[in-house]
Amino acid sequence: MVTGNRVVVGAHYGWRDWLVQRVSAVVMAAYTVLILSLLLWFGGLDYASWKATFASGLFRIATFVFMLALLWHAWVGVRNIAMDYLKPVGLRLTFQVVVVAVLVAYAGWTIQVLWS
Amino acid sequence: MAALDRPVAKPRPVYLDLLSIRQPLPAIVSILHRISGAVLFLVGIPFVLWITQRALASPQGWDAVRAALAHPFAKLVLLVLAWAYLHHFIAGLRHLVMDLHIGMTLKAARTSAAVTLVLSLLVTLAVAIRLW
Repeated sequence: MVTGNRVVVGAHYGWRDWLVQRVSAVVMAAYTVLILSLLLWFGGLDYASWKATFASGLFRIATFVFMLALLWHAWVGVRNIAMDYLKPVGLRLTFQVVVVAVLVAYAGWTIQVLWS
Repeated sequence: MAALDRPVAKPRPVYLDLLSIRQPLPAIVSILHRISGAVLFLVGIPFVLWITQRALASPQGWDAVRAALAHPFAKLVLLVLAWAYLHHFIAGLRHLVMDLHIGMTLKAARTSAAVTLVLSLLVTLAVAIRLW
C-alpha cells in the first residue's frame, strides 16, 4: 500500500477495486446469461409468468445479488471517471457523495421492487 | 549565422488535440466503454427499475408499460440502452480475456476491438429489427 500522497477522493491504492470490478462483472455476466436463457426458453413473457418469476425467492435473491454487483461495479467505474475529469478535490468529493447517495437510493428502490 | 543553423526547438510540452488526431480502434472501443457505462448508470438503472416496478404492480401496470414501450421514443431509449449494455458487456469480456494474458499483441487487440464494435452493433441491429 502507498502510504504517502494519498488523495482523499482517490481510489484505494491497491488491487481491491480492480478485483471488485472484475468479480462483479463475472457475476453480472452470469445473471445476464441466465435471464437471456430463461427468455429464450419460455419464448416471451406475459403478466402471469412475469409475476411468477418474481414470486420465486431464489430469483429475487439472484436479482438482488446482481443489483449489488451492478451498483458496486458502477461505483468503481463512475469514480474512475471522476478521478480522470474532475480535478478540484472539493468538486470531486461533492460529485462522489452525490453518486454514493444515488447508488444507495438505487439499492433501496431495488429492495422495494423485489420485496413489496 | 550560428543561430540560423540551430534546429528550431519544438514547443514543449506537446498537447494532443483529442478531436483532431486519428484515434486507433482500441481507443474508440475504450471511450465507448466509458460512455456506455455512464449511460447505463444515469439512465439504464432507473429506467429498468421503474419499468420493472410498474410492470410488477398489477396487470394494468403491465399493460401500461407495454403501451408506453410501444412509443417510438421509448423504443429509441430501449435501443440505446441495449447498445450500451451490449457494448459494455462485450468490451468487458474482452478485458477479462486480456486479464488472462490472452490476445495481448497489438494485432490481436486491434482485431478484438473491431469484433467488439461490430458485434455489439450487429446485435443492436437485431434488437432494432425485433423492436420495429
